[in-house]
Amino acid sequence: MKRIDAIAIIAEMADASNALIVCNLGYPSRELFYVRDRPENFYMLGSMGLASSIALGLSLALPERRVMAIDGDGSVLMNLGTLATIASFAPSNYLLVVLDNRVYGSTGCQPTCTSRCTDLAAVARGAGVRYVRVVSSEEELRMSLSGSGVVVAIVEPGNADVPVVPLSPEEILSRFMERASPRMRRS
Amino acid sequence: MLTDLRPSELVYRGLKSAGIDIVASVPCVNLQELLCLISSDPDIMHIPVTREEEGIGICAGAYMGGRSPAIAMQNSGLGNSINALASLNMLYGIPLLMVISHRGTQGERLVGQIPMGRLTEPLLNAMGITFFRPRPNDAEEMIEAAWSLAVSERHPVAILLDIQFWEWRAAAQS
Repeated sequence: MKRIDAIAIIAEMADASNALIVCNLGYPSRELFYVRDRPENFYMLGSMGLASSIALGLSLALPERRVMAIDGDGSVLMNLGTLATIASFAPSNYLLVVLDNRVYGSTGCQPTCTSRCTDLAAVARGAGVRYVRVVSSEEELRMSLSGSGVVVAIVEPGNADVPVVPLSPEEILSRFMERASPRMRRS
Repeated sequence: MLTDLRPSELVYRGLKSAGIDIVASVPCVNLQELLCLISSDPDIMHIPVTREEEGIGICAGAYMGGRSPAIAMQNSGLGNSINALASLNMLYGIPLLMVISHRGTQGERLVGQIPMGRLTEPLLNAMGITFFRPRPNDAEEMIEAAWSLAVSERHPVAILLDIQFWEWRAAAQS
């Protein structure tokens, strides 16, 4: 399964459930923008490793709203501790999808530890996440996206030839927040 | 009387006056009483995190979901948070209140705290992050003002609480 095809499936399922998406920086955000841009997508431009944590904060703030994080193996390896935090709060509206292509895909495909020995699904289970599944086909991925917890989707390395996200950080945030947060509650 | 309250209670009152309703934390011995007060408040969601940078991400997400977030941490955690503060909060314009126990200041007993103790203010200055150094009697008011500034500037703002701040109780009550 190509990553862009996995992202298209996640985006389609998110759209169908009006879910918010927090997407990892680099090519994953570019591919998501290309296949299905929507204001409910938060495209990261920096802070590698934090997609899972940003989405956790969102899901705790908005318990009635479905929240999905699209992350990668390299960035999850950078922030493994958050798997323990996710496990200890276990929000039922939160789903972390790790697209594991075994490489740092946006920086020239240097191998990550998952290319050798690290099993991120086992790490998530060890951190205490109750619902963890591993998928490697489009059909399995589609079936896995309705629940909470962590999905590790095995995808091929390589990036689609798609342009950068043509939005400013302020635009990404403001249109996302208009759709995400009931602002009236804040006053 | 306000001055009968302990430093932790005064910080807590500041968070309440500011309307903070979610707090991520990594503990410091000087934050223990504050963290207990936060944990027992049904109107504040307390998220103990594994590393400060993770807490910065969680607070950013919570803000995007309409909450008013703060992170409580030691100044060592500022070092763990710098890239996230710069390329998440400052890049997008996401406010954050940072309540920082400033170790390595006057009265510090652990040599390991000294390097980050000295670097805390220079790091905040270099990042253009406004910081306040309240004394216990103006902590509530200053914390409230700090959060207002964070929101109006769409930027992180820090409260530095040094060793003297926390020792105020002993001086006043013993």
